[in-house]
Amino acid sequence: MAEHNLLEAVNLALKRAMAEDPRVLVLGEDVGVDGGVFRATDGLLQAYGGNRVFDTPLAETVIAGVAIGLAAQAFRPVAEIQFMGFIYPAIDQLVNHASRLRNRTRGRLSCPMVLRAPYGGGIHAPEHHSESTEAMLAHVPGLRVVIPSSPRRAYGLLLAAIRDPDPVVFLEPKRIYRTFKETLADDGEAWPLDQAEILRPGSDVTLIGWGAMIRECLTAAEQLAADGIEAEVVDVATLAPLDTETILESVQRTGRVVIVHEAAGNAGYGAEIAARIADQGLYDLEAPVRRVTGYDTVMPLPRLEHLYMPNVTRIIDAAQDCLAPA
Amino acid sequence: MSLVAEFTVDHTAYLDAEGKQVQPLPAALDDQGVLVELLKQMLLARCFDTKAIELQRTGQLGTYASCLGQEAVGVGVGHAMRTEDVLLPAFREHALQLARGVHMTELFLYWGGDERGSDFAVPRQDFPVSITVGGHAPHAAGVALAFKLRGEPRVAVCMFGDGATSKGDVYEAMNLAGVWQLPVVFVVSNNQWAISTPRAEQSAAATLAQKAIAAGFRGEQVDGNDVIAVAHVVGEAMAHARNGKGPRLVECLTYRLGDHTTVDDAARYRSDEEVSRAWHEEPLRRLRSFLTGSGAWGQETEDDWLQRCSDEVNQAVDDYLNLPARAPETLFDCLFETLPEGLVAQQQVVMTGGADDG
Repeated sequence: MAEHNLLEAVNLALKRAMAEDPRVLVLGEDVGVDGGVFRATDGLLQAYGGNRVFDTPLAETVIAGVAIGLAAQAFRPVAEIQFMGFIYPAIDQLVNHASRLRNRTRGRLSCPMVLRAPYGGGIHAPEHHSESTEAMLAHVPGLRVVIPSSPRRAYGLLLAAIRDPDPVVFLEPKRIYRTFKETLADDGEAWPLDQAEILRPGSDVTLIGWGAMIRECLTAAEQLAADGIEAEVVDVATLAPLDTETILESVQRTGRVVIVHEAAGNAGYGAEIAARIADQGLYDLEAPVRRVTGYDTVMPLPRLEHLYMPNVTRIIDAAQDCLAPA
Repeated sequence: MSLVAEFTVDHTAYLDAEGKQVQPLPAALDDQGVLVELLKQMLLARCFDTKAIELQRTGQLGTYASCLGQEAVGVGVGHAMRTEDVLLPAFREHALQLARGVHMTELFLYWGGDERGSDFAVPRQDFPVSITVGGHAPHAAGVALAFKLRGEPRVAVCMFGDGATSKGDVYEAMNLAGVWQLPVVFVVSNNQWAISTPRAEQSAAATLAQKAIAAGFRGEQVDGNDVIAVAHVVGEAMAHARNGKGPRLVECLTYRLGDHTTVDDAARYRSDEEVSRAWHEEPLRRLRSFLTGSGAWGQETEDDWLQRCSDEVNQAVDDYLNLPARAPETLFDCLFETLPEGLVAQQQVVMTGGADDG
C-alpha cells in the first residue's frame, strides 16, 4: 500500500468519487488547469474534462450558489473555496439556502453538495489565510461540518461527504497537508460521518480536538505518558452534528477534559462541547473542563503566529492542571 | 482614441396605457384566444392577491407581499416558459407561480407560515421563493449548468426586482452565466421601489437592462405592464437560451401599486399622485380595453370569469384553513435526509409536548 499525505488523500478521494459517480463535479477558482493552489484537484481536469471540472470566475458567492443549483438538479458538486478566509461571501448561500433547501421544500428539493476549504494557521501564510472559524458554520442547522485530521481520515471522510445526501462543509487543515504520510488503500472505503473517534485510549484525562490540533494532542499524550499520565485523544471529526456520546463515554472513563482548538476561545466550538459535558456529564467530572484555544485576538500575521497557536506545552499544562490535587 | 465597445438597449411595447396598439403584434400573440387567456390569468392573480391581503388583515395569513400591478410580468413570463423549464422566483411572483401551476392553497400555506406551501405538487423542480434578495440568482446559474451538461433543451428563469440588481449575488450569477453561456433568462420586475428606495437611488445606470452588457450578454427593456411585450420578448430570450446561445436579461418596467408587504406603509415615502399616475398605467385595464375594442371581451364575460376566480380562490382558502396542522415531530424530519442520532432526543421533547412549555 502506498503512503500519501493529506493533500494527496484529498486528491485521491476526489478522483475516486468522480470515477464512481458521473454526477460528481468539481468547481472553484483555479481548480482546473492549475489543479488548485495547493494541487488538491491536480489531474482532475485532464482525467475528467471540462464538463466535470470547472474553473470559475473569482466570485465565492456564485461558487457556492451554482453548487446549490446543481445539487437541486441531482448533481453532486464539490466546490472549493480557495482559503477559508474567503468563505464569507459564500456563507449567505450556506446559511440561507444550502442548509435549508430540504426543509423549506419538505424534501422536494435537496442539496447534496460539498464545499471544501483549506483552513487554519501554522504555515506562515499571508493575512486572512490562517483563521479557523469553523464554529460559525457548526452553528448552522442543516449543515454538516467535517474536519479530517490525517490522510486516511481525509480520504474516507471526503468520500463520505460527497456521497452524503445533504450539504457538507469540508475543512482541510492545511498545516498538515504535507507534514506526514499514512499508508492508504485507495479502495473507495468511506469513513463514517457524525462519529468522533478515539485515536488513543487513556484513563486519566481526555484531550478533545480536530484537524491539525490532533497532532498536537497526540504528541502531548505521548509526553504525558512519559510522566505516567494516560491521556485519551478524541478526534471530533464531524463537528456538526456532534457525536456527544463518544465524548461523554470518554469523560466517564477519565473524569478530566481538555478541549483544544485553534480558533479563538470566545464562542468557539469548544464552548459547545464543554456545555454538553456540563449538561450531561457533570457528575463524571473530577476537575473543571479546560480549553486550550487561540486567544480572543485577531489572528496575527506570521511573525507572531507561534504565540497564537495552541501547542503541546499549553496542552500538557492544561492536562496537568486538571490532574493537580484541588 | 478608438471606440472599443458600444451597445444599445431596446425597449418594446405593443399596447399603450389606453390599450391602443402601437405596433403590429408578434404573430404568435396576434391571437384573441391567447390574449383572452392572458387577461384571465391576470384577473385570477389579482383576485388571489386581493384575497391574500384580506386574509392577512383578518389574522388568517402572515406577512404578505402583494403583486398588485405586476400581473403582466408574471403572466407574460409564465406564457413564455415551458412546463419543463425551471423557475427561480423572488417573493412577489404569485402571478407567475400560479401560471406555472403552483396551487393557490400552496401559496396561502407558504404565506400563512407553513413550509408545506413550498412542496409544490407541480412544478416539482421549481424553486421556492427567495426571500433573500437576489440570493437565488446563483442557483439559477447552477440549474442552467445542469441543463447544459445533460444536453437538455430547458431554460432556468430567474426573477428578481430592481433592488436585487444592486446586489453582488446577482452580478456574480450573471457574470458566470455569460462566461459559461448558460441557458438562463434573468427577468427584472422593475417595480420602481425597493421598499422605500426609489429606482433612481438604486442605480445611476440609465437602464437596469444594461447590467447584462457588463456580463457579456444582451439585456433589453419592455413595458412590463404590457403582457404582450413581456410574453414576446421573454419568449425570444428563452428561445435564444434554449438554442444554446447563452443567457439574456429582460427588464420589465412596471409599478408596485401596493405596499411592499402587509407590514409596510408606502404612504410614508411616496406620493398619492405618483400612485394615481401608476394606476393609469396598470396592466389589466389596457388589455381589457384592447380586447373589448375587438369584441373578444366584455362586461358579461368578465363578470362570469371573476365569479369563477372568486370560487376558485374561496375553495383554496377553505382548503388552506382546513388543512390539519403538521405533526410536531416534522420540525425535524427534513433537516437532513436521515435525522442524526444526536437530534432524536430533541425531537422526542417536541413530540411529548415540550415545545409548548415556553
